Amino acid sequence: MKFMLIMHGNPQIWDALTEEERDEVMSGHGPFMETVKKSGEMISTTALADPSQSAVVRVRGGVPAVTDGPYLEAKEYLGGYYLVECDSRERALELAALIPDAGVEGLGIEVRPVLYTGTADD
Amino acid sequence: MSTTEHLGDLLRELAPQVLGVLLRRYGGFEECEDAVQEALLAAATQWPAEGVPENPRAWLVTVASRRLVDQIRSEQARRRREVTAAVRGAPDAVLAPAPGGAGPGDQDDTLALLFLCCHPALTPASQVALTLRAVGGLTTAEVARAFLVPEATMAPRISRAKQRIRTAGASFAMPPPQERAELLDAVLHVLYLIFNEGYTASSGPDLHRGDLTAEAIRLTRMVHRSLPDDGEVAGLLALMLLTDARRAARTGPDGALVPLAEQDRDRWDASMIEEGAALVTDAMSASPLGPYQLQAAIAALHVQAPRAEDTDWEQIRILYGILARIAPNPMVTLNHAVAVAMTRGPRAGLELLQSLDDDPRIARHHRLHAVRAHLQELAGEYAAARENYRLAARRTTSLPEQRYLRDRAGRLERQRLRSKDEGRKDEGRKDRSATVVDEGAGSGSGEHHGDGPRGDAGVDRLPADDRAVVQRRGDGPDDVGGVGAGG
Repeated sequence: MKFMLIMHGNPQIWDALTEEERDEVMSGHGPFMETVKKSGEMISTTALADPSQSAVVRVRGGVPAVTDGPYLEAKEYLGGYYLVECDSRERALELAALIPDAGVEGLGIEVRPVLYTGTADD
Repeated sequence: MSTTEHLGDLLRELAPQVLGVLLRRYGGFEECEDAVQEALLAAATQWPAEGVPENPRAWLVTVASRRLVDQIRSEQARRRREVTAAVRGAPDAVLAPAPGGAGPGDQDDTLALLFLCCHPALTPASQVALTLRAVGGLTTAEVARAFLVPEATMAPRISRAKQRIRTAGASFAMPPPQERAELLDAVLHVLYLIFNEGYTASSGPDLHRGDLTAEAIRLTRMVHRSLPDDGEVAGLLALMLLTDARRAARTGPDGALVPLAEQDRDRWDASMIEEGAALVTDAMSASPLGPYQLQAAIAALHVQAPRAEDTDWEQIRILYGILARIAPNPMVTLNHAVAVAMTRGPRAGLELLQSLDDDPRIARHHRLHAVRAHLQELAGEYAAARENYRLAARRTTSLPEQRYLRDRAGRLERQRLRSKDEGRKDEGRKDRSATVVDEGAGSGSGEHHGDGPRGDAGVDRLPADDRAVVQRRGDGPDDVGGVGAGG
């Protein structure tokens, strides 16, 4: 079963952390990736740039309109994800708990089943 | 069939035999398995150019042995001494058995290999991957492709599985008879998972992946050849044949799911049906009854009816009743409820379903909602049926099933609007009732694979126990039909 472990980030919470705490979270991803690669559960991962870099494109009447900024006005934004293949939902939850962000007060990892993934060589 | 495919078949047939010879001679599953893979790759590149050797099996054994020795020479000195001694000690005769034919021990070897690959220390996903590679002769890339994961994901999974087998101290030897029954259960379960993954892909755009069902049938045939008197092995093979026989009719031209009752029965594979029905009939008359035989018998009843309305639901209901007694699990209850509805009316079926609402194994499962929707539709509770179809659609991870369930909800919605217009409430329902049931979706659920019962660390969520899984995808679905839309 494939799951996406979604990291929602809250810039305010992130900014409130000390430099040290931020480093700890960042460097904690290394061992996590080691774990899931070694177990054969890792499919891919992506980290996204700050939502302030986003633009939203809407096509109306065939004409694209572009606005700067994220899609939703929200406190939390999609920060990145891990795509994993594991034996069960329980295992996916277990993996999510190993992601360092899960341990930060105010943050959490969303675990969601995947319907479909495609790759360039499909 | 091209020569290349032909060659592939030959290599896959020989793979477990060659691995068996190496294991008996040298031991060391991990190393032997790698050496055999290398020999298979060498054959796949050399034979098309140079022709197939006179004795392909001996060729593979020789090449794999050399690879193994090379590999081990580069390792520790102690290991080296042992292995070279073993190689020297191996008489050449062993390298050249009867040309072409399988040696006497080959079928036992295949079975012993299956026991090893389905070792209880492994997770179901690892058992499946290892079985496909070591017994099925698929490359890591092929196994990865079959499960839609990158090779980089599958490779460590396989090598970790091999390490675990080593750590668990398992060896390549036929287990003592008293342990065999339990191990055989695990093997049949894994073969069933492979079949189901192929028959109803647990997620993604396509409903089935034929290569996996064919592989599962081929491997199950091998086990059946080794254990012709085992009723459950025969039952599983029959179940696979009777299920796969309907494959061509299961999807429409646009890839959408066609419920069992609406399938064009002329497109079913008559020879598979005949073989499967004969197998299960023989098995049931000669061996103790087991869950696979019962499910095969149910599948046979479905496919032997000339028309959907001729289906012998009364028999099916009785068989599910027995199944619920000897191998109870929520999926059986679900299918049982459909059979009850078809014989005693939808309300009786809905009542039986209530017992599942508090069962955490299935309470959130899309199949429960789909079956309930279906029975509510039969009972004329359209609004409730529509909601449950929608709920089921949201919860399945299979796209064709989602489409099917949304379509079902949409039909009810349109019907409601129309009957409002016409001031009629009941329109058009009667002729559909047969249709609705049985969907064929074959499958149950997305989860099965992997979510399996025998996880690693006490992962026992779908206590479902193996059988549950079976039900989830097996024929279960058929009865449950469309309902199932399962995953």
